[in-house]
Amino acid sequence: MNPALNSGLNSAVNAGMAPVATPCFFYVLAGLAVVSGLLVITRRNAVHSALALIVTLLAVTGLYLMLYAPFVAAVQIFVYAGGIMLLFLFVIMLVNIERSSKDRQFNRMWPVGLAAACALLALFVTAFVKGKALFPDRMISLPESSNTQQIAGMLYGEAGRMGEYTFAFEIASLLLLVAILGAVIMTKKKI
Amino acid sequence: MVPITTFHYLVVAAALFVLGVIGVLTRRNVVIVLMSIELILNAVNLNLVAFSRMWGNLHGQVFSIFVTVDAAAEAAVGLGILIAFFRNKETINVDEIDLLKW
Repeated sequence: MNPALNSGLNSAVNAGMAPVATPCFFYVLAGLAVVSGLLVITRRNAVHSALALIVTLLAVTGLYLMLYAPFVAAVQIFVYAGGIMLLFLFVIMLVNIERSSKDRQFNRMWPVGLAAACALLALFVTAFVKGKALFPDRMISLPESSNTQQIAGMLYGEAGRMGEYTFAFEIASLLLLVAILGAVIMTKKKI
Repeated sequence: MVPITTFHYLVVAAALFVLGVIGVLTRRNVVIVLMSIELILNAVNLNLVAFSRMWGNLHGQVFSIFVTVDAAAEAAVGLGILIAFFRNKETINVDEIDLLKW
């Protein structure tokens, strides 16, 4: 094992948490996420953007695993990389991208939009530089093996009681039903 | 090497969020605008899960599942609108979507 990895492991142990992964993994995954995020917004071809977005989603999934969130990581792969990106790729194939990939890629107001985004970035930088001390350094290692069970307990309730989020969960299913109906009606030729 | 703290995750999430905002505000293709929105929602999810680890409870993870549900609903409806619009106007450029403008 190389010395950098080793010292990362040791400091992780000293900080009182189980070494689930070394800092190197974090930097690789974070760099992958940001670089492919950059590709998403710069590629000319929408299919390339979609593929870059899948790479971003998978990198973020790795970060979830580093944060002791295996269930959220699985949901990310199933729902995002599996479901939503499939939907995106289908729509890209349905609409005609030949024309739009040849002409201008940025809208008329792009300088204004870029300026607004830069203002947001400056806000983030100021907040993070000034408020770094507000985020405690502690990282609590959550139990990984019972993660799914605990989340299920909060969503569905356990031992005959309603969970904390059962009502919100039912509302979410209603939202999905409405979204399905909306999507079907929207894409019908004649209502 | 410094151990990874919550702050590191927040910085990554902020970078993804800003990239998403740039995509939404500057791109012309509606499909890519919707993809940028997915990028933004992912940044939010990453923040929620990082804070969930910082506080040592699972509320953030549960909330991030709700955000995922919203993202799925939004993608379905948004792409449905996009197809309906493409059928009528033969374009997916935000510059040309100005039916409600006066």
